[in-house]
Amino acid sequence: MNDMTQNNIIQIEHLDKIYGKDIKTHVLHDINLSFQEGTFNSIIGQSGSGKTTLLNMIGALDKPTNGSIVIDGKDINKLSNAKLANLRNETMGFVFQFHYLLPEFTALENVLLPFEISGKKVDKQVRQEAEQYLELVDLKDYKNNLVTKLSGGQQQRTAIARALMNHPKILLADEPTGNLDSDSTELIYELLRDINQNLKTTFVIITHDRRIAEKADRIIEIKDGRIHMDVNNGEKSGEGIQ
Amino acid sequence: MKLAFKIAVRFLGSSKVQTLFIILGIGIGVSVQIFIGSLITGLQTSLIDKTIGNSSQITVAEKEQGTYITDYTRWMDKISSSDAKINHIVPVLTSPAFLKQNNASTSLLLKGMDLKKAAGIYDLKNRLTSGSLPQKANEVILGNTFQKEYNIKKGDTILVLLPSTKEEKMVVTGFFDFKVSALNDSWAITNLQTAQTILDQKNAVTSIEMQVDKGRIFSADAIAQKLEKNLNDSSFKITNWKSDNESLLSGLNGQSISSYMIQVFVLISVVLGIASVLAITVMQKSKQVGILKAMGMKDSITSFVFLSEGFLLGIFGAIAGIAFGIGLLYSFSTFALNPDKTPVVPVSLDIKFILFSGGIAIVSCLVASLIPALKSKSLNPIDIIKNN
Repeated sequence: MNDMTQNNIIQIEHLDKIYGKDIKTHVLHDINLSFQEGTFNSIIGQSGSGKTTLLNMIGALDKPTNGSIVIDGKDINKLSNAKLANLRNETMGFVFQFHYLLPEFTALENVLLPFEISGKKVDKQVRQEAEQYLELVDLKDYKNNLVTKLSGGQQQRTAIARALMNHPKILLADEPTGNLDSDSTELIYELLRDINQNLKTTFVIITHDRRIAEKADRIIEIKDGRIHMDVNNGEKSGEGIQ
Repeated sequence: MKLAFKIAVRFLGSSKVQTLFIILGIGIGVSVQIFIGSLITGLQTSLIDKTIGNSSQITVAEKEQGTYITDYTRWMDKISSSDAKINHIVPVLTSPAFLKQNNASTSLLLKGMDLKKAAGIYDLKNRLTSGSLPQKANEVILGNTFQKEYNIKKGDTILVLLPSTKEEKMVVTGFFDFKVSALNDSWAITNLQTAQTILDQKNAVTSIEMQVDKGRIFSADAIAQKLEKNLNDSSFKITNWKSDNESLLSGLNGQSISSYMIQVFVLISVVLGIASVLAITVMQKSKQVGILKAMGMKDSITSFVFLSEGFLLGIFGAIAGIAFGIGLLYSFSTFALNPDKTPVVPVSLDIKFILFSGGIAIVSCLVASLIPALKSKSLNPIDIIKNN
């Protein structure tokens, strides 16, 4: 158990999230979860179930109402805004349903942004690395295109390359293929899987698509703000239900 | 910081038309400031030049009427060493007199002065309408009224009746026009030695006249005060143009204040304009700011993006404003002309004032961008991501 805890890169205990002051909406109820380093996890659930709220809190974008979230040994409740920003920059990569690229920049510049935000100087080697990530997502020929000139699939792949730029320990993705056709979806999941296997990055991915979720090491289903199911892939369905 | 600046450049570049309009707005504000400021300064300079440019700005005389300053060269040296801002120190011996002609007489003010030194104040050579300056003893120049009304010609000998009832013959070598009829009607200028000889006042003058540096013309009262302290002689009465021309001074002050008021209101409207436009840009770019923050950009850096935008808009606005302003001044001095083809108002380009106006624009833009900078600081990335 102790070994398990040590390997947990994300540790969530008794997490509650309530929105609103006058009319309170209880979005998450007493969530206890942990994710081991290097694993590929998927979160499924219906719209409004609270899965995106959970992911945003894992990503230190939002703070819990009650409970604690420890990311890579750091309790996000105890961090200042600046330290949270550092944690996001150094430890995490994000891929959202909408690509959230900066339209004023080219694909390569967008990929380089997390590195530049960290305050380090972009040298030739870093630029080459960014180009390699773009090559990995099959976009090397489009590196100098403004992102507004790319297709939806290309934009999403650029967002994946950007999420990898700072060698994050955790990659969080919220329906990364929600806006894509099935061929592109398949390609992107294969890509994420490869990255997980080669770089040992921990993945937490929200998806609607049960077919895709089943390719993950672990499937967590959220229903009405509670964990409804938590199974390791290969285990029989329902075995891991809390 | 460098990244914030780069992002600011891209943000501005991504909406070129909007950026161009903001720069144009700042530019027009700066150009109005430069134009109004330079025009009023030009107007004042020309007014001052016309009214007191060719007269004594500080005058040292004996308090008691009828007494003379003796040993005046020593006093002149003292005045000269008292303040470096004082120049053109001229010893003048003045006496009332009468011009006798054909059994009639008219009053004169005989002024004997060191003509070489007096050139600095009175610009006598250029004031001459005919003839030349007195060079020998008993030579005199008169105002052009005498030429017109008394039919005196160059080379004529006139008879001057002095207070001592002595009559002196003087040769007229020329006529001057000071563009002030009171002076043209009465002044008779001769050299100092002649005046001293005929008035029998060897080594004495009635006053020492002087001017101050052009840029210090409005400090003439302070300079006079300092001079009084340095000369330390209670028998002297020291006057300056400001105390002698109070109404002119209040007119000039009124003009300056109205010019400042116009400039301040132009500035306020420019600042408010930039602040509101930049505040809208934060709204426009809130998605980008949210993304940057989600990727770990600190609040202070996102604020710096908008401060950089303000700074850049200020720089380009100032450059555009200086160019427009100089263009306006050039057009005004080229097309707004008097019938004699001289500009209605002689406009002078004061580089310091122009740079100051540009600097004010940059500082104003920075101040205006503080509002969006603070606004961007409070933007929460989660709100942007949730509200997409």
